[in-house]
Amino acid sequence: MSIVAEQRELRDDALNGLQLSTRLENLWRTPSGFFGALASVDHKVVGRRYIVTAFVFLLLGGVLAVLMRVQLAGPEKTFLSADKYDQIFTMHGSTMMFLFAVPVMEAFAVYLVPLMVGTRNIAFPRLNAFSYWMFLFGGCFLWISFMLNVGPDVGWFAYVPLSSLQYTPTKRPDVWAQMITFTEVAALAVSVEIVVTVFKLRAPGMTLDRIPLFVWAMLVTSFLVMFAMPSIMVASTSLILDRLVNTRFYDSSSGGHPLLWQHLFWFFGHPEVYIIFIPGTGMVSMILATFARRPVIGYPVVILSLIATGFLSFGLWVHHMFVTGLPQLGAGLFTASSMLIAVPSGLQIFCWLATLWDGRPVYRTPLLFVLGFIVIFVIGGLSGVMVASVPIDTQVHDTYFVVAHFHYVLIGGAVFPLIGAVYYWFPKIAGRMLSERLGRWHFWLAFVGFNVAFFPMHILGLIGMPRRVYTYTADMDWAHLNLLSSAGAAIFAISFALLLVNAIHSLRSGALAGDNPWDASTLEWATTSPPPPQNFDRIPIVKHRDPLWFDNESLPVVAGLSVERREVLMTSLAEAEPQVREASPEPSIWPLLTAIATTVFFIGSIFTPWAVLWGTPPMAVTLIGWFWPSGSKEDEE
Amino acid sequence: MRQTIVRNVAELPTYGYGPRSGPWWGAMGFMALEGMGFAIAIGAYLYLYAVNPNWPIGAAPPDLWPGTAETIIYLLSIIPNEMINRVAHRQDLARVRIGLIVMSLIGIALLVLRGFEFAHLNTRWDNSAYGSIVWLILGLHTTHLATDVGDTVVLAVLMFTRHAKPRRFSDVTDNVFYWNFVVLAWLPLYVLLDWVPRL
Repeated sequence: MSIVAEQRELRDDALNGLQLSTRLENLWRTPSGFFGALASVDHKVVGRRYIVTAFVFLLLGGVLAVLMRVQLAGPEKTFLSADKYDQIFTMHGSTMMFLFAVPVMEAFAVYLVPLMVGTRNIAFPRLNAFSYWMFLFGGCFLWISFMLNVGPDVGWFAYVPLSSLQYTPTKRPDVWAQMITFTEVAALAVSVEIVVTVFKLRAPGMTLDRIPLFVWAMLVTSFLVMFAMPSIMVASTSLILDRLVNTRFYDSSSGGHPLLWQHLFWFFGHPEVYIIFIPGTGMVSMILATFARRPVIGYPVVILSLIATGFLSFGLWVHHMFVTGLPQLGAGLFTASSMLIAVPSGLQIFCWLATLWDGRPVYRTPLLFVLGFIVIFVIGGLSGVMVASVPIDTQVHDTYFVVAHFHYVLIGGAVFPLIGAVYYWFPKIAGRMLSERLGRWHFWLAFVGFNVAFFPMHILGLIGMPRRVYTYTADMDWAHLNLLSSAGAAIFAISFALLLVNAIHSLRSGALAGDNPWDASTLEWATTSPPPPQNFDRIPIVKHRDPLWFDNESLPVVAGLSVERREVLMTSLAEAEPQVREASPEPSIWPLLTAIATTVFFIGSIFTPWAVLWGTPPMAVTLIGWFWPSGSKEDEE
Repeated sequence: MRQTIVRNVAELPTYGYGPRSGPWWGAMGFMALEGMGFAIAIGAYLYLYAVNPNWPIGAAPPDLWPGTAETIIYLLSIIPNEMINRVAHRQDLARVRIGLIVMSLIGIALLVLRGFEFAHLNTRWDNSAYGSIVWLILGLHTTHLATDVGDTVVLAVLMFTRHAKPRRFSDVTDNVFYWNFVVLAWLPLYVLLDWVPRL
């Protein structure tokens, strides 16, 4: 029956030009109205929401950072109490790691990867929508808790026994642990979507050695998420069970072990750094190639470096535990692996420098942020090699040296490329250019502000200032450097305000971008800015690693996809040979309803274990609603 | 940008089986992360085993019969499961319906048996770290089992409706694939929970 129906259906080869565009736009568009918007499964809509939400959390986390720097600007200040300071540094770390850094990278991938691989939507669009709602609800849950004075206060790492019921009998660590679960669900869902999109939805001809480097970076990152996040899932579930139903995982009086928490946490926590950093390197490769006006030198080297970094990142977690009294042999092994990971990172940097050297660089704002990244990340990498060494780590452990190091790595390694990426892809997403002049002001203020804020922390750490203290006395001689650091933080914060001004101004009256304002080479620039709901009227065929530079006269495309129902073209894993025209799901409200049911389940289980019983049926009902094919055009025939 | 049509894909099928199907890859992804979850839980068990001089802590090892009976049923379930795989590839709706009912019943029986297994662990979750980790691991696998049984039941119901379209057989084969993973994941857990405490 369905075969007959397929033969009769209208295909895109029967339509041309405007007719085809209009038809596909109607087919793929997000339904109108409020409820239509809630049902959207367009990866671009979800990706935009993800990006904006993650930046809102950056703003909130940034405000907390400024509050901390105000408190530490001078000795014995009483701007914040010790308790409030504990909450603020916990919220700052948790927000930045779980609600900004990882989600924003995945958000860019959700928006860009389907465009870059030349397909019409991400794999599992409803799961994608669900993932966003879970992220949003988890983030709101954490921040509403904070506003209601039940926010976590035991650090973004929630070490036991500090976070155990005995030492923190409030609900604060439970809020933290459940927030972790929300973000895990969201991140794991996106990682599966990205892997399947890259493996199966690539445009015909996009063989493994023609995949854009950002897509490669997101593929490696997605695998890291899939193999690292289950560890924190087991850890946080065990923590909340210890607190709610009296299990004994971390209770040393009953055979449990507090160090088990650290092993589980850091087995996730160290790959987490690379989950944040690797997408940044992908962004760097894309920006660099475009503005150096040549492909990145050493494409295979960069890919192998990404993969090597991914593998090695699982062998580093114990360097966070050097002062816990582990056996010498283990410490030696983890020192070696921690130092070894500098090699693939270094190889990538040399490839980028060679690309710049051999190219004809055009110094626009995105490239400036990439150059800033190289400087800052190299400094962070060098201090990383220092703390990978047991004797040095023993001296500087839990001092501001470590704070300086990881901010150099994370902000240098991820935020600078990310901001460069905002300037680079904003025209594609918004259809308008950001102001170059404001962008340059932003860069220089950010670069100077960042270094003034964080470089003194190296010295503060070396002269003994511990981290996580809410104040210090005047006789410590830390005041001048702290004041300098706070001034730098203020400049750094102002630089981000400029980005906000720039974005608002450009959305209203920025210059129109056109399809490919930077003359870039990858497929996302082969469609309009912003892209139509269907991404591409016809699926491109890729014959070269830089298709828009190679096929700059006329883009080869395929025809034959349905214009009556949503179809994506599936291709083979290695050679990207077309295999199947598979249906892509229609918009649906069920992912949102499932996320609401899951939220009720998770929040309820903080207060009573019975929530597991009464919270499960609504989840099951919504999942069945989601799974049931009613409303699908194919099933309505 | 100008475009040139160089290939027509109209003749391609609208669904595929196994690695040609998107959901199959999705199942692979979830199997990878769930498998990692089990691996981490096993690691936590072995860590607690290593740091405690006596194992199991203050309890007898679990009674063997529920876990062993479950293991046998799991292994035997592969036979009807693989039969569904074959008839689904042949798009034999009648046999697929029967097979899905059989697998649903097997899944429900295993869930009931799982209840006995919890009762025969000979420890409570709050007795010691040993009790906590065995309840956690069994709980994780039970969640895994319950979701797959739920999936099988819904799919079975679906195949009795107008939605039993040809491409739905691909979903059935993906479900078969996932069940094999549920069985495979159980085997190391069975050894860990029922035999390691006897070492």
